[in-house]
Amino acid sequence: MTLHIDIPEETLSDILAKAFRNSAFVAGFVITLLILAMAIASYAWTPYDVTRLVISDKTQAPSLAHWFGTDHFGRDILSMVMVGARNSIAVALVAVGIGMGVGVPVGAFAAARGGLVDEALMRVNDLVFAFPALLSAIMITAIFGPGAVNAIIAIGIFNIPVFARVARAGALAIWPREFILAARAAGKSSTQITVEHVLPNIATLLLVQGTIQFALGILAEAGLSYLGLGAQPPMPSWGRMLFDAQTRMVVAPWMAIFPGMAIVVTVLGLNLLGDGIADILDPKSRRQR
Amino acid sequence: MTTYLLKRLAIALATLVLASMVVFAVLEVLPGDPARLMLGMNASADQVELLRNQMGLNAPLVLRYLRWVGGLFSLDFGRSYTYSVPVIDLVRERLAVSLPLALIALALSTIIAIPVGLFSASRRGRAGDTVAMGAAQLGVAVPNFWFALMLIYVFAVWLRLVPAGGFPGWGAGVWPALKSLLLPAVALALPQAAILARVTRSALIEVLNEDYIRTARAKGLPYRAVLWRHALRNAMIPVLTILGLQFAFLLAGTIIIENVFYLPGLGRLVFQAITQRDLIVVESVVMLLVAAVIAVNLIVDLSYAVVDPRLRSRQ
Repeated sequence: MTLHIDIPEETLSDILAKAFRNSAFVAGFVITLLILAMAIASYAWTPYDVTRLVISDKTQAPSLAHWFGTDHFGRDILSMVMVGARNSIAVALVAVGIGMGVGVPVGAFAAARGGLVDEALMRVNDLVFAFPALLSAIMITAIFGPGAVNAIIAIGIFNIPVFARVARAGALAIWPREFILAARAAGKSSTQITVEHVLPNIATLLLVQGTIQFALGILAEAGLSYLGLGAQPPMPSWGRMLFDAQTRMVVAPWMAIFPGMAIVVTVLGLNLLGDGIADILDPKSRRQR
Repeated sequence: MTTYLLKRLAIALATLVLASMVVFAVLEVLPGDPARLMLGMNASADQVELLRNQMGLNAPLVLRYLRWVGGLFSLDFGRSYTYSVPVIDLVRERLAVSLPLALIALALSTIIAIPVGLFSASRRGRAGDTVAMGAAQLGVAVPNFWFALMLIYVFAVWLRLVPAGGFPGWGAGVWPALKSLLLPAVALALPQAAILARVTRSALIEVLNEDYIRTARAKGLPYRAVLWRHALRNAMIPVLTILGLQFAFLLAGTIIIENVFYLPGLGRLVFQAITQRDLIVVESVVMLLVAAVIAVNLIVDLSYAVVDPRLRSRQ
């Protein structure tokens, strides 16, 4: 597979050097890495067992023993935040995978074919966009029952038209270029051209959109599990923790503060990472939201 | 221009019809028999069958779909299974909460975002811009329901300025009602404002690089006049597009926010209706929300022509 980069004189080390000078990228990269490390570490070690209830320790304020305090069952909030990261990341990441896996081929196909196929696919896209995503996610989880897997499906479905749109727009800009014409003259089929020439050229675009959708997925998962439609107890999830915290705001505000901060930091990190990548690889690109 | 408008209108109508089919089909596969739900678990199979016939649930699929759509047009949405009142009454009552809430939030986010975007764009790369965009970056990352909880903690629990939740109804007076919508509206508006400010900034920066801006400056117009009269107007199209898209987010956002503040609005109604399997309410409200989203996006498309006279002259 040949890779076509817009600025051929730029080598990998040039890009890396630029990356380390880009503060948004560095901050986003470090934050994302830390959150990932926290989620992975939670498999091996957490300060306390998140499934053990110690009623005598309930709603304790943050202390040296419990950095983030404890909840109404005496569970350690820091441990729950760590384990909750797994759930958030897994749901959002797989939802991005679904969106890319289906959306990118659809968008690339629409761009390659054009005409009626393109028109029809874009109208289907319009249709999906007409449904407020969260409302439909609630309906989907209501049909199939609440749970992490159904949350993934619900969020993933709404990633599909986003990636289809980005892939199509990106591909449409590539198709009129000379090297595509050359590939055509060489007798390559439109599928071959799409795979070998179009997709590598829109990879950056998709990567940036991927980080945006990843961040949005974390927010959507938190919303769904706040409404009781995401991961089910005893599996800790950030949204569910916020729901439990709501009625106890007066006695235990830390129950709401720390899971919320975990969401904010994670989403912030991913957005900075996306901004950074977009900046480094194409200074002219503007994020489309 | 006319063909453009007609095409947009046709697409909007087609989307609406397709959406109604999707909503109807989805609710067909939802588990739970409404007749059984109304009569309770002790009812006999015969009783359930009788009620199903009365409710027209045994009619063929296509007929039921047409009846439903016909009902929507004559504002007859059917009766709620759980509330035993016409759905239209429920919707009217709940809209009195949700519509003001969404409008206040939209107004708030626009009032915050446009000046911040202008400020940042005119000070690009300087400290003020960095601070404003840093705040916007943070605002995008904050989940609105968590922000709502923090607002409740500070303004309701701690400072006791506003109620922590609930809605006294417009009958209790405009100010008490508005007061209970204030925190929810702020919570809804913040993330939207952050996104809008970023879009406004980048649209403005794009425009400020154009030749006609240099010309306007060269002919001696003060910077402020150029910014407001020339730049902002030309940057309006992406801003309007995002505003239209945000309307859908706002409607969906009310579902969670109304749950946080225990507001008797449309979002809470549809959420409860879904969990209670009150399908008639779900299909009517979802259809209403989808129609609102399609209508707003159509209006946004049409407003391009108002904002940009160049589009109008392309007859």
